Amino acid sequence: MVTIFFFIFAVTALVSAVLMITYKNPVYSALFLILTFFSLAGMYFLLEAQFIAIVQIIVYAGAIMVLFLFVMMLLNLRQETRLPIGRPFQVALGSIFALILLIQLFFIVKVGLTVSKFGAFPPEKINKIGSVQVIGGELFTNYLFPFEAASILLLVGIIGAIILGRKKLPNEM
Amino acid sequence: MEQAGYAFVDILIVLAKVIVVIGINLLMVMILTLGERRIAGFIQDRYGPNRVGPQGMLQPVADGVKFFFKEEVIPSKAEKVIYVLAPALVLGPALLTFAVIPFGGPLSVVGKEIQLQIAELNVGILYIFALLSLSVYGLVLGGWASNSKYPLMGGLRSAAQMVSYEISMGLAVIGIIMITGSLRLSDVVMHQNELLFGFLPHWNIFLQPLGFIIFIVAAYAETNRVPFDLPEAEPELVGGYHTEYSSMKFASFMMGEYIALITSSALMTTLYFGGWDFPYVDESSLGIWGVLLSIIAFAVKTGFFLFLYLWVRWTLPRFRYDQLMGLGWKVMIPLALFNIIITGVVMSLL
Amino acid sequence: MVGELVPILVLLAVAVVIVAGIIGLTHLFGPKHPDPVKLSPYESGMEPVGEARTRFSIRFYIIAMLFVLFDIEVVFFYPWAVVFKKLLSMGSFILIEMLVFVGLLLVGYLYAWKKGALEWD
Repeated sequence: MVTIFFFIFAVTALVSAVLMITYKNPVYSALFLILTFFSLAGMYFLLEAQFIAIVQIIVYAGAIMVLFLFVMMLLNLRQETRLPIGRPFQVALGSIFALILLIQLFFIVKVGLTVSKFGAFPPEKINKIGSVQVIGGELFTNYLFPFEAASILLLVGIIGAIILGRKKLPNEM
Repeated sequence: MEQAGYAFVDILIVLAKVIVVIGINLLMVMILTLGERRIAGFIQDRYGPNRVGPQGMLQPVADGVKFFFKEEVIPSKAEKVIYVLAPALVLGPALLTFAVIPFGGPLSVVGKEIQLQIAELNVGILYIFALLSLSVYGLVLGGWASNSKYPLMGGLRSAAQMVSYEISMGLAVIGIIMITGSLRLSDVVMHQNELLFGFLPHWNIFLQPLGFIIFIVAAYAETNRVPFDLPEAEPELVGGYHTEYSSMKFASFMMGEYIALITSSALMTTLYFGGWDFPYVDESSLGIWGVLLSIIAFAVKTGFFLFLYLWVRWTLPRFRYDQLMGLGWKVMIPLALFNIIITGVVMSLL
Repeated sequence: MVGELVPILVLLAVAVVIVAGIIGLTHLFGPKHPDPVKLSPYESGMEPVGEARTRFSIRFYIIAMLFVLFDIEVVFFYPWAVVFKKLLSMGSFILIEMLVFVGLLLVGYLYAWKKGALEWD
């Protein structure tokens, strides 16, 4: 049953990702990207990570893509004008990165890194405590520093957003 | 592969619950469309629709039939696919939201315990917020795909409004999660199923009054209701994001909006007013009658909040857009943060 | 767990059928008498002027950007709120952690307020 669901989600994710790249209208691309996020959320769900799954939807599909759509509408983007694929240098660099990724993927599957040993929290334990409880318990004790660092990152983000959109603000000094 | 323990009977039970819940939701939508106009009539000292059937009871049916047989106008400049998809994107998520709300106490039939709730997720509250954050798309895409000025402006406005109030809504329920220690809505209800100081029902409204005020204001803004119905402000925007829509596609927007009303009323009941809890009664000791009592308690409370929605609509004037955004960002968010801090301090002192 | 996903998928299927049915049926039943004026954008009875899709105020962008940032903040609150009661038994450290987090964000929030990013004119 899990395997069937996995393949449904995986195929949806891949197909919609490809469609997202190939569609010329940016709004359609955005919609396919949302579909990809949903498939990924479904996979997180299969991995017993309900919290990550739902946060994936809230943050990526619900917030970041709304921002993208806004930007498309604000800039009045319609048909994407395709530039001819870049200079040979760019093509070469892109191919090399793609190749490295492919080799990595191959090794992960071949060497079997995915057939994992579970860490301190195997699925049964997570199910018993609840995935949110596990994340909360770890984040606010063992991983406190990254959590507080995240708040600084968000602060930088707020300041950056305001500086970028600054031009027309009235109370400007 | 391990089976999830899903027997055929379980699937049937799930299907039955789904059909009952969706059926009741759709029925309530019909009642609300009539109720809204009848209550408007009552408040404005006139009749409202009272010709089709006794007391106008069949008016929603007549409206529904009419909507199906109306001409389907797709503007020539519209982006066809997205134009058709947009109403579906409003109605679809709206239909899904009710899944995690428990609408009655656990029912036992021939030794099998059935939860009166479609899906018992351990991230229940977040599931609702996830779907809520998706309902923006229908409005914004509907406005954009129409390729017309008023809808586009209305769609953008409503999107900006919804995202602004989503933050305060999310922050408002944090207080409840702190008290409950769980995101499951059934846990939230069970936690309210006792007595506070021995005489008050242990409802969260008594523990989180400020949280509730923030929540209800945000809910009114999220559902685009008066006094926050800016997206459809007729004097400025004609009809808002659905100006170019006709036939059942227009009705889908309306249905989505009414279902959102039902869900948010049910959510207010569940989060702050004890859910299906009937105060001073131990439902589990009454067997089947206890279950019935819990369903009635839930329906009455939800009905009250639905009535409140209609009452407010015909009582309050509309905000101006800058006031609306100012309220959302400058009042609601600080208040919601304040509520969390107060809750935290009080809990650590107790 | 997959078991938790099944009811949602059943509901999703039913919802898709209903929505597709509604939109499909109205397409079948409705009369179709298109004419160029009827299909033109509605502008209160006037001849449509210019393009609908013009550029919009930068404020929508700022609001969307701030929304993303605050939304992530809210997401951090959820696991904190869930474990709050449990970790409170080990001292009020958990509260102070969040106060620091909120404090830092408040700086950003006040900065946005001072810079007028929350004004709407």
